[in-house]
This record gives sequence, C-alpha cells and structure tokens, in this order.
Amino acid sequence: MQAPIHNEAPHAKPESQVVLAARDVTKSFGAVRALKGVNFDVHRGQVTTLFGENGAGKSTLMKILSGVQKPSTGTIILDGEPVELDSTTDAQERGICIIHQELSLAPNMTVRDNIFMGREIRGKFGVDFAEEERQTRKLLEELEEDIDPLAKVEDLRLGQQQIVEIARALSVDARILIMDEPTSALSASEVEVLFKVIHDLKARGVSIVYISHHLEEALTITDHAVVLRDGNMTAYAPRSEIDLEWIVFNMVGENFDLGSPPQGYEFGAPALSIENLCVPSHTGVGLAVDHMDLEVKAGEIVCIYGLMGAGRTELMECAAGRLKNTEGSVKLHGHDISGLSIADRINAGLVLVPEDRQRDGLVQTMTVGKNLSLSSIGNFTKGLFTNHKAEDQIIEESIRDVTVKTDGPHAAIGSLSGGNQQKVVIGKMLVTDPTVIMLDEPSRGIDIGAKAEVFKLLAERAKQGLAVVYTTSEVTECLSIAHRIIVMRRGQISAEFSHDTTKEAIMAASGESLVA
Amino acid sequence: MADTTASANAPGKKSNVSIGKMLLEGRAFFALIAIIAIFSFLSDNYFSLNNFLIMSNHVAIFGLLAIGMLLVILNGGIDLSVGSVLGLSGVFAGWLMQGVELESMGVILYPPVWAVVILTLTLGAFVGLINGILISRFNVPAFVATLGSLYVARGAALLMTNGLTYNNLGGKAELGNTGFDWLGFNRIANVPVGVIILAIVAVLTGLVLTRTAFGRWLYSSGGNERAAELSGVPTARVKITVYVLSGICASIAGLVLSSQLTSAGPTAGTTYELTAIAAVVIGGAALTGGRGGILGTMLGAFVIGFLSDGLVIIGVSSYWQTVFTGAVIVLAVLLNSIQYGGAKRR
Ligand SMILES: Nc1ncnc2c1ncn2[C@@H]1O[C@H](COP(=O)(O)OP(=O)(O)OP(=O)(O)O)[C@@H](O)[C@H]1O
Ligand SMILES: [Mg+2]
Repeated sequence: MQAPIHNEAPHAKPESQVVLAARDVTKSFGAVRALKGVNFDVHRGQVTTLFGENGAGKSTLMKILSGVQKPSTGTIILDGEPVELDSTTDAQERGICIIHQELSLAPNMTVRDNIFMGREIRGKFGVDFAEEERQTRKLLEELEEDIDPLAKVEDLRLGQQQIVEIARALSVDARILIMDEPTSALSASEVEVLFKVIHDLKARGVSIVYISHHLEEALTITDHAVVLRDGNMTAYAPRSEIDLEWIVFNMVGENFDLGSPPQGYEFGAPALSIENLCVPSHTGVGLAVDHMDLEVKAGEIVCIYGLMGAGRTELMECAAGRLKNTEGSVKLHGHDISGLSIADRINAGLVLVPEDRQRDGLVQTMTVGKNLSLSSIGNFTKGLFTNHKAEDQIIEESIRDVTVKTDGPHAAIGSLSGGNQQKVVIGKMLVTDPTVIMLDEPSRGIDIGAKAEVFKLLAERAKQGLAVVYTTSEVTECLSIAHRIIVMRRGQISAEFSHDTTKEAIMAASGESLVA
Repeated sequence: MADTTASANAPGKKSNVSIGKMLLEGRAFFALIAIIAIFSFLSDNYFSLNNFLIMSNHVAIFGLLAIGMLLVILNGGIDLSVGSVLGLSGVFAGWLMQGVELESMGVILYPPVWAVVILTLTLGAFVGLINGILISRFNVPAFVATLGSLYVARGAALLMTNGLTYNNLGGKAELGNTGFDWLGFNRIANVPVGVIILAIVAVLTGLVLTRTAFGRWLYSSGGNERAAELSGVPTARVKITVYVLSGICASIAGLVLSSQLTSAGPTAGTTYELTAIAAVVIGGAALTGGRGGILGTMLGAFVIGFLSDGLVIIGVSSYWQTVFTGAVIVLAVLLNSIQYGGAKRR
C-alpha cells in the first residue's frame, strides 16, 4: 500500500494555473472524520477528476469547495486569496457552481422553473417566463435532449432529471463547475454529449471538477487525476502519467475485475416468465414496454442493456407490481401473479431494487438499520411483536454482506455516502431471501470495489438458485456476470447475446454509436 | 475492505443516539418541570398529589385526542375532525342513554352501558374510515377531507340534539343502564379512571409504534411513502388504519368527557383538534411525517394541560391563557425546526 503523498503537493506544478485550492482541509461529522487534511487544486480551463471509493470524502470535499458545508479546519484559496464561502449563493457569486450527486430539483415544478429557481429573470411584469423558456430550450438543445421546458420534473425519467440538473448548472455561467457524478443515470450517448459540452466549456476557460465511478469514461476527459482514500489524498498525477490500473490501484490498493458468469451448474425451472407484456408509457402516448417476452430461469443472470427510455425501468416496475400492464402476463415459478400487490410479490420471492434511491429506495427519517430491515419485518415478527434481537442479527449480517460503510445500524441514513446508501437499498431486498431479484441500475453511484462485491454476491446467490435480472447503461457491466445479455430498444428486445459477445455488438444493437 | 463494516462499535453508538433522543424528548420534559416549579412557587394549592390527579384527568381528554393525532401525523397526514368526532360521540352516547325509540315496534330500547360504549367507538371508527378512504383511495388531501368531516360531524351532532344538551346521563337502575358516570368520576386506587384509560391507550400505542410491524410501516410510509410501498409496506391500509384509530381515540375522549360532565352537548370539543396538534408538535413530532413518539406527545399534552390549569389556579384570565398556550406552541416548533434543520444541513 502506498503512503499518502499529499505533501509532495500538486502546487509543485507551475505550468498550469490554479484557480481554486483547498489547503489542509479537514471535516468531521461528530466522531466521523470524513476529510483528514486534504490539499486539492483546480486548474484553470482544465478537468480535474476526483477518484475514490464510496465514502472516501469526495462529495464532502466538493461541498466544502462550493459553500454547502464549512471545513472544520483548513483554508480555501480562490485566485490566490484565502476566502470564506458562507453559502452556496456566496460561492455562486464568486463563480463556483456544483451539480450535486443527489438530485436537488423541485419535482412539482417545471423544468424551466427549476433551471431558474432563485435566479428568475425579471421582466417588466414580474418574471419573464418567455425568456426563461427560450434559454431553457437552448440549453436543452445544447445537451441534445428532447425535453419540454414546461414538463414537470416529476414526470421525467431519472436520467432526464439529471440532464435538467446539468442544464441548471450550465445556465449559471460559472467559471468553476463541480460535477459530482453527473452521469450516473445517463446512457453512453448522453455521456458523449455531456463530454462535448465539457470540451466547449474548457475552451471557454471554465475549470471543471469531475467525479465519477465510471473510471474509463472519466479518463477520457481527465486532465489531472486526484485520488482520495479514507479522507486522505493518496495520489495525484496529470493525465499523461496515468492509466486505469493506476487509478484502481490507488483507490483500493488492488485490482478488481467485475467477475465472470458463474459456471458449473444447471439452470433450474423458469423462475420469471414475462409474456407478451405491454405497459403504457406514463406520458399516456404509446407503449413503454411493447409486447415483450422474457424468461429467466432459476440460477440464471440476465443483463438488460438499453438507452435511457428504452423501457427497462417500466418493465421492472410492472413485474414488481408498481405499474399495471395492459396486455400480457407475468408469471413467477409458473403462477400468474397479476392480481398480487407489491407486498405479496415480495413475499412470493420477487423483489425489485429501484433505480432512484432517494425517491423509491430509502426512508430518510429512519436509521440505516431500520431501512435495511424494512422489507423483512415478517422474518423477525413473532406473533404480534417484532423481536429486536432477531432484527439486529438480520441487520448486522446485511451490513456485512453488502459491506456498508457506516457508524453502525443506528446511524441516520443521510449520513452515509451516496454509494453506501445504494448498498443499503440492495441489502434491504436481499435479506428478504428472494428467488427472483430485479435490479434497476444497481451500480449507480457505487465504486468499482463495491460493484465487484455486489456482482460477486449476486453470482453466489445465483449459484444457489436465485434468478437475477439487472439493467445497466455501462457496457462493461454487461460483460461481467451475466449469462445472457438482452438489449432493449423502444420497449422491445432488439437483440440477445450470450456472454461471449463484444461491447461493439451490444452498443450497435441498442442504437447508439460508439464512444470514442 | 475489512474496515468498511463498523458494526463492532454499534453498542457504543447506540447509547449515543439514545442520549440525543432523550434530549429531544427531554425538551418537553424540562418544560413540564419548569411549569410545575413555577406554579408551585406561585400557588400553594398547585403542588399536591390530588391536584395533579385532577389536572391529569383534564389532560386525559387532550391526551387521547393527541395520541390519535400522533398516529396520523406520523403518517404525514393531519386529522382536523377529532374535536367534532369527540362532540358527536358524546351526543351519540347521550342519545343512546336516553333510550332509542323504535317506532315500528313501538318500544324504547335502553342499551346497557357496555353496548353504548361499543356503539360509540364504532361511530368514531366509522368517521375515521370515511376520512381514510377519502384520503387514500380518492387522493383527497388530508387537510381537506378531515376539514369536511369536521363540519359534517359537528353538524350531525347539532342535528341530533337540535342544539340542546343531553343532561343526566347517569342512567336508571330499573332500566339496567347505570354506570355511565363511572368513566368520568370513579377512581381506582385513587387514580381517576380517565387517567387510567389514557395510560392504557398510551402504553398500547407505544408498544404498537416500537414493537410491531405496523409501527414500522407507519414510520416508513410517513417518511417516504413511495419507498415504503416498493419495500412491500401496505401503505394504503396503513393510512386508512391510522384515521380509524384516530377516530376511535376521539370517541374514547368523547365518552370520558361526557361522563365527566354527565351531560353531552353538541358543541363539546370545539377547536380541540388544534390543542391535540399542538400537543403532538410540542412533543417533538414533525408535521411532515415519520418523526415523533408517544412519550413526547404525552409530555406535550401534559405541558398544555398543566399550563392552562396552573393559569386558572393562580387566577390569570382565560385570555392570557390563550396567549401563553400560543407562545409555548411557537417556541416548541421553533426548537423542532432548529433541531431538524440542523440535521438536514449536511
Ligand atoms: N452529514 C454527515 N453526517 C455524518 N457523516 C457524514 C455526513 N456526510 C458525510 N459523512 C461521512 O463522511 C464520509 C465521506 O462521505 P462522502 O459523501 O464525501 O463520500 P464520497 O466519497 O462522496 O462517496 P460516494 O462515492 O459513495 O458518493 C462517509 O463516511 C460519510 O458517512
Ligand atoms: Mg459522493
């Protein structure tokens, strides 16, 4: 393992100009030391990428640089002068803007109103809505996204919401733009568009800080890489000196691969059979899932790849009982489950890990432990009362199984880093002992080590007969543990591959061009 | 990645958390201590066991309403109808006690007291059921649905009595329906029955909230309904149940009150829903749902009750009582938002 080398400081590089810097910044939350003396530089007109495991302190550092939080100790230097950022507005006035990891949009308001929230354009009579709408349209065009500026945010898909969040940050015209996992819900082609936008911004002299767990993708735009580990900066290098192995090695100290399909056993009987399924799209026009058939056997792992809006989420939500189908049927172990509620389906062994953890996955007012045990209350209820001992045991096992980094089961769920929150959502469903598990973008926001662990866990459970269906927007994740890869396009299956296919073939079938 | 699980230090953290929790609920507790201390200092009559029991008997009414309200608020809703349901229940019980005339058969039925109690509770549950169905099946906002039943229930009570009050609910021995005043007047081991009922309901509610699956469902669907639903929580059923329970609590309160007064007036309990909400809020519950507990709510009810009775005892005008109660509520909510606001500013 490598010793911290942050004293061999980045400011030893004179050729590029540092606009924003953190010096010896620490941050403690009670007993948790999220940052332990970090030095961090943002270079003018370049992309500085921050890598690190879940809970390494990346978001915390960014929140400090953008005025959301105050450092416990240490200073922030803007244009060579020490500054105190009192609030996000203060930071924005100084030209620093942040795209948060967790979406911070008002779901009940329109795209336009969200983009200009707090910075409404004044006209003669109150707000100049027409101008706001025009600018919104322009921004969305720039991002090559077909979203109505007057659509309500809650009616948008998660990925589209993320685009709106990005558009909002772009509308500020910041000179320092911090992006905390902006692409976690975007598909490859949208990421490509975003990267084009980033290139334009760079050309205009905007400095960018970028955080992502999609390492390969991030490498394509990185100028400087910084690795955080457990609140320390462990490595720093310009793009020319690094590669993927370097990042992974510095992040976790060893190399991970995402595994391969578990072998050496026979699949069982069909566990989940979807026949001729139709789900109306939530805009009311057309079908999100269009006469689709899918069969998953016990022990089989199926990956569904597709662009945003291909109908993957709708397919899964319908099978889980959240959405109603207009035609077709869903069968679990041969029994039609049409009439069953979500709770009944969970009891029958069919569970869904939803895509949007804030909205659908977590109860923010409850602790980590209570979130983990929420779906399996039946397992530790004896007669009328719950058994605390049995519950604690379930929770501890689950924390260990999915390796949640937390203060303990009584910590508030909001105190966890984004990736660890995601692990709680997965863990909650795994403890119900399902026979079929559907995971919608399970790797959203989790680091490469955790990804490998989650996949390993799923592969092990598959060997014991669990049927696994997961979606992803990252092709490398298709070619990991899945026995079979299905590509969805416009609500239908456009191609099917076995695990020995290539990335290119999958992407071609999904209807997107290759990212360079 | 061995250090990624921190379950080893869980016991230590546990005590930490419960100290924080104690401070939250301690807020109402310290307020109660302060109120008792101040009034004991101002009046010689205040600090005596008997006075405490009498005051507690008053608190029982608000306390019962507040317990029902707590359940609804934990679910992220609100129940404005409890005061009216209290009044309606009293009138309904009074009507039953006066004898129900069955015209077709030409007889007058005098149901025994236990039957009166059960029928009245059923009425409260029925109003709650209507609220719950409107809110969960037809998506009527809780505020509006229960505001509607506030008026309807009050109107029904006025219609039943023509605006008059049923007096003499004592019943007659020869009719076999005596004992209604037992609820309000009797004491068991010197403790008023009303207080005992409050204690039983509070303990049961506490058990339900902390030790049953239903309690967990209630907290989770109040905290994030969508996530709870996807986790297999029957959120619609939970929602209907809390309004039914709130209606039943209001009916119990109505029975205790009319028994204490041995009369039932159609305007009893007017604006009590606001007092109940105040007790819940003073007790540290969040109106947005998902946070709060029975202990806090009980303390909140006692703070309000002991404060207003204390002001009466030292002879402060009822106008000032209103002002003081208002000030205490605002202060409590202020502390709530400081606390939850602090937790939110990550
Ligand atoms: N408000 C808070 N209260 C307590 N602990 C916190 C709080 N915010 C963050 N932490 C802790 O600080 C550490 C760093 O969290 P941070 O969110 O910065 O991680 P991250 O690197 O962004 O991870 P991820 O990749 O999962 O998003 C974590 O251990 C987290 O639990
Ligand atoms: Mg983060």
